[in-house]
Amino acid sequence: MISVRDLTVTYGATTAVDSLTLDLAPSKIYGLLGRNGSGKTSLLSVLAAYRRADGGSVRVDGVDPFENAGLMRDTVFVRDTLDVPAGDRIGTVLDFHARLRPRWDAAYAQHLLDAFGLSRRARVSTLSRGQRSGLGVVLGLACRAPLTLLDEVYLGMDAGARATFYRELLDDYLAHPRTIVLSTHLIQEVADLFEEVVIIDRGRLVVREDTDTFRSRGVAVAGPAEAVEIFTSGRTVLSEQSLGSVRQATLYGALSADDRRRAETAGLSIAPVAIQDLFVHLTSEAAR
Amino acid sequence: MFDDRSPIYVQIADGIKNDILSGALEEDGQVMSTNQYAAFYRINPATAAKGFAQLVDEGVLYKKRGIGMFVSPDARAKLRDQRRERFFADVVDPMLAEARMIGVSVEEIRKHIDGGKP
Repeated sequence: MISVRDLTVTYGATTAVDSLTLDLAPSKIYGLLGRNGSGKTSLLSVLAAYRRADGGSVRVDGVDPFENAGLMRDTVFVRDTLDVPAGDRIGTVLDFHARLRPRWDAAYAQHLLDAFGLSRRARVSTLSRGQRSGLGVVLGLACRAPLTLLDEVYLGMDAGARATFYRELLDDYLAHPRTIVLSTHLIQEVADLFEEVVIIDRGRLVVREDTDTFRSRGVAVAGPAEAVEIFTSGRTVLSEQSLGSVRQATLYGALSADDRRRAETAGLSIAPVAIQDLFVHLTSEAAR
Repeated sequence: MFDDRSPIYVQIADGIKNDILSGALEEDGQVMSTNQYAAFYRINPATAAKGFAQLVDEGVLYKKRGIGMFVSPDARAKLRDQRRERFFADVVDPMLAEARMIGVSVEEIRKHIDGGKP
């Protein structure tokens, strides 16, 4: 169980995480969603003890993770910098991690290397951006850490490599359930893997919900401008656009059966909103 | 496979119901486990479990402890009754509304059903 209480992370005058409170239950896959600069990496950095909280507290199973060697053996954090020596061969990197990680599965690591087309003999410095990301996935998954934090590990991967990543992640999670926090802004292609989504914006928590519930919150209502206006008054409108006399409004908040009947009677059409669009709307400048 | 129109667990439950109605899943037959289902459709196992739980609640599936999920013996008849009740409201009425809007008469529809040219 992870408990974050009033967590604040600052860089000089910039506040990256702003009094954030959040509990994460064990053995679920969480999608951590946020725009660039929303505080995702800062939050994960504190959970992984890469840095200390500037305010508030973080507890992993009741213990402060900072400088806690026992807890860190069971925590893995993969970020875009990869944090491995550029001159080393992949094999050397893996052997080093194998010594540090009590649950390391060398055969599985080799399976993942093959899946991403990586060779143990290749030097880290010669890898493309996508291959570096593939190596990050190998390091993140093969250690089977009970707390697995993957920060935008798909950078530079093509669609095929990302599909491989999602497939391997799910298969290994099914065989070895553990807490996985995956930060991303490519929500649409990976949302089905998330049990819950956590959306942060400007260092604050915006949404934390099971994925299906979140998905059902976005509704697009379209029809004659006047009817749309009447129907949407008093509701949370994320965006609106007009085409001639027709208006479409994207609403936040699930509609009741009564609402739907009312909309239908008023000649309005109701359509779902893609989860990616819902995220974009919720974190857009206009929604702030 | 899944769309944004309704929660995925509802789509999972609907898919299993359709398989029971079509006979692809037999009564007292075992359905895939949550994990098999999740791996096959590339979804979180909790989502699959939620779909299965709904079907158990509705009496469509039953659980054998330690073995898995099975189709209830009366599931097919029950689902047929439910779908028959909704058939006119869900299928026929919208068709008639469309026909009215574009000027297709009930007579023409009847002819079409009887195999004649409209």
